[in-house]
Amino acid sequence: MNFLTNTAVNIDFNPMAFVDNLKYMGVGMLVIFVVIGIIILATKLVNYLFSE
Amino acid sequence: MEILYQNLLAFDRYDLIMIGIGCLLVYLAIVKEMEPSLLLPMGFGTILVNIPFSDALVGPIQELYHAGIANELFPLLLFIGIGAMIDFGPLLTNPKLMLFGAAAQFGIFFTLCMASMFFPDFRDFFSIAIIGAADGPTSIAVANKLGSQYVGAITVAAYSYMALVPVIQPPVIKLLTTKKERMIRMPYEQKSVSKKTRILFPIIITVVASAIIPQATALIGFLMFGNLIRECGVLESLSSTAQNVLANLITIFLGISVAFNMTADKFLQLDTLLIMGLGLVAFIVDTAGGVLFAKFLNLFMKNKVNPMIGAAGISAFPMSGRIVHKMAQEEDPQNFLLMHSIGVNVSGQIASVIAGGIILNIAAKLMGG
Repeated sequence: MNFLTNTAVNIDFNPMAFVDNLKYMGVGMLVIFVVIGIIILATKLVNYLFSE
Repeated sequence: MEILYQNLLAFDRYDLIMIGIGCLLVYLAIVKEMEPSLLLPMGFGTILVNIPFSDALVGPIQELYHAGIANELFPLLLFIGIGAMIDFGPLLTNPKLMLFGAAAQFGIFFTLCMASMFFPDFRDFFSIAIIGAADGPTSIAVANKLGSQYVGAITVAAYSYMALVPVIQPPVIKLLTTKKERMIRMPYEQKSVSKKTRILFPIIITVVASAIIPQATALIGFLMFGNLIRECGVLESLSSTAQNVLANLITIFLGISVAFNMTADKFLQLDTLLIMGLGLVAFIVDTAGGVLFAKFLNLFMKNKVNPMIGAAGISAFPMSGRIVHKMAQEEDPQNFLLMHSIGVNVSGQIASVIAGGIILNIAAKLMGG
């Protein structure tokens, strides 16, 4: 049961992976703002239509 | 006599370390009151599963894990309770606040890139990134759905940092804002929100989010189902049950069954320390993302927003909203940001679930599904 030593050997450090995965950061943030933007517009519309 | 010492000799140092970790979680839950409803069951479960030849592990805990966590049932049922607890009123009076909730999810995607440098399997680094959702059930559901081997460590990191939000956020906020910015007042305009709006809101969110990100349907749907029960006005008894009995019952089962992944061979690894570190990065960058986005908006806005409310965009509800309000009052006792910060905070709950769906969507594409 030499977990710590085994894992220490197994951790690979690949700094280029950060750059490779930046596209997911861009896509993720874009989609989240688009979805939230649509929800904001829909909420404003509902607020407008059913305001008391 | 032989039976006695044979069982005792079966303990190795790794079992003892894990039992120590279990006791630490129980201590943090009881003495420090850090997310006690989850850390206590998880801590006690950790003790149970690390006793050699324990019939609790291959037995009730394993059964509970497969019945409620492996299929994401417990996190989703918990979302019904959380949805029933949330009042979206402050958000509905000012829907633009939702933008801060979106910005504060930046930590998730930044951590995704960070974690990818250490963990080659995308299922692992996507799962680690979701710690930044600052939402335990979302973290558990996403990590499980992706089949990450680090569900235990991710759950501990998510809940620990949620409890540590009052320690993590203030220094980051202070570092990124000036005293003058922290003193910006935001008048709160009391507006009434119609019952129709309150009822339509959870339905709209579910339809819009699910239509664009089908992988978020279960997460957002169960959250909003709970909110619809609350707001419909004809299910008081169900609303009360969801907020109290259901949420408490599921929390007990969730906590103790997460311990299935808290065995020495799965948890006692350097990877776990790395995941804890990346979780901290996620929370810090979430906070920074929200604050910096608010500062960016201020460049174009006539009525400036207090940039601190951006930090409340993380999903840790309601701690984050309260922290921002408290910090504003420390600078200016007459500055009341609570309604704004709570509005941003509940938007963070929605945005974090959407972010979880986006992560699952991207992962599905990578898996060819």
